Amino acid sequence: MTIGLAHYLTVAAILFTIGVFGIFVNRKNVIIIMMSIELILLAVNINLVAFSAFLHDVVGQIYAMFVLTVAAAEAAVGLAILVTYFRNRGDIAVDGASMMKG
Amino acid sequence: MNLIGALQIALPEAFLAVSALLLLVLGAYRPKGVAAVSLGAGFALAVAAVLAAVGPGGAAFAGSYIADAASAYAKVAIYAFSAVSVLLGDRWLARLDAKSFEFPILIVIAALGMGMMASAGDLISLYIGIELHSLALYVLAAFRRDDARSSEAGLKYFVLGALSSGLLLYGASLIYGFAGSTRFDVIAQAVHAGANTGILFGLVFLLCGLAFKVSAAPFHMWTPDVYEGAPTPVVIFITTAPKLAAMVLLARVLMNAFGGAADQWRQVILVLAMISVLVGAFAGLVQTNLKRLLAYSSIANIGYALIGLAAANHQGVQSMLVFMVLYMIDVTGFFACLLALSRAGKPMETLADMAGLFREKPGITLAMTVLSFSFLGLPPFSGFWGKFYVFKAALNAGLWPVAVAGLVLSVVAAFYYLRLVKTMWFDPPAGAVDAAPLDARGVAYAAALLSLGVVLVLPFLDPAATVAAAALGTH
Repeated sequence: MTIGLAHYLTVAAILFTIGVFGIFVNRKNVIIIMMSIELILLAVNINLVAFSAFLHDVVGQIYAMFVLTVAAAEAAVGLAILVTYFRNRGDIAVDGASMMKG
Repeated sequence: MNLIGALQIALPEAFLAVSALLLLVLGAYRPKGVAAVSLGAGFALAVAAVLAAVGPGGAAFAGSYIADAASAYAKVAIYAFSAVSVLLGDRWLARLDAKSFEFPILIVIAALGMGMMASAGDLISLYIGIELHSLALYVLAAFRRDDARSSEAGLKYFVLGALSSGLLLYGASLIYGFAGSTRFDVIAQAVHAGANTGILFGLVFLLCGLAFKVSAAPFHMWTPDVYEGAPTPVVIFITTAPKLAAMVLLARVLMNAFGGAADQWRQVILVLAMISVLVGAFAGLVQTNLKRLLAYSSIANIGYALIGLAAANHQGVQSMLVFMVLYMIDVTGFFACLLALSRAGKPMETLADMAGLFREKPGITLAMTVLSFSFLGLPPFSGFWGKFYVFKAALNAGLWPVAVAGLVLSVVAAFYYLRLVKTMWFDPPAGAVDAAPLDARGVAYAAALLSLGVVLVLPFLDPAATVAAAALGTH
């Protein structure tokens, strides 16, 4: 069996789905949400690199480089916000983030 | 095109990027020079708006960066509203005795990202623009580090914003793979040759991501919480410039890249528009916090803008552009009123706080009344004209059931605006109100006057939006 484009796309789709479910199903910890976000972005990168190889077009790999860079910046900003949240509240449980509702 | 020519096309954003970095250095080395940083940020935004208005048009960096009438229209409005936010935010921080130079710089960086969104001609510059403005907005929403509600708002905004970026990116990767390019003009050719399932699948993901950014229902969950928790000057910023940038980007993606699949995406946009108007009208009825109420109002108004876009023609895009700018003026004025009002140092944010406000602050009450009437679409205020443009475009495109539903739901939404007006004018006063700061008052009065005298604004806005809409869309 040769590994083709469809296999890569399937892996990426599975990772993407796990990431999205990780955000919605997880009720415990914001760190897990941040890991799920990384998973989504990595699924996108697999997609981009697989398409790039399939199309013989380098733009997809350049796009993946941008995504990697932005993902790092996003994680930094997210963790910084999480630190201020933790200082105010003393925990980072997802269920605790309910001061505002309605 | 050589590098100089490309830089000329991207000059407003290049200027903003250099300004933001210089201001950052200034702020870091002169911690006392916050006023200079704010002034510099306002100046940089004003210069960038002028550069965007007079700069040359064209496509730079292999078509990934476009300067045309649409981007100029959007950028002038975005940079102007950003400058207003710098002013209001700086004065607000001064009143809190918490001046910090990061605030104006973050606004400049966010404005830079929005400028990139308005100019994006490629899926990569689209993504970088969206992330640049989103990351700055997450930090701004959590700007009051010592306030639990502000940091909760920032956290929620971050988590849902990052999820929406992920959806958008997944869609972009599918579009790249199935269309064979990230450039909008090449995607347009692929779509015209026959949009396959892969491209449409990607487009739906992309639309979900962008719907998050404009807070269209059912992707609006973050909006009420962020509006309630984030500081009011930040809310003024979040609810104006980013929405316009995202709507212009949406129009460019749909009309330029996916113009050939208009019949397919029109369904999606119509569903988003109808759910937004519905949610905005009914969920707003039970709100007592005015910032939350305005969040639902903004969801409903994005729904009206999307109705214009769903017409999928020149008139529809033009109506959306006019509607968005008129709405941005109103909402800036309304939040400036809220910013101006405080009782014993505590901001007045609930409906009960507004009781009998007329006797305490007749000027601000009058401005809020004008803006409320404008939101509910009463002539001659600007909100009426915005809705008039949108519904006219929808009717001409044969979308009359949508226009009728939109009108009926705007009557439902009228209830909460009228309740606010009644509370302010006829209820017994709830106590003395602090003196209103000059900056917030000034912005509120200016917005109310613009809303009232909209017939003097429209002769300038209408042709500008017509030219801008002509740049979006090939048919």
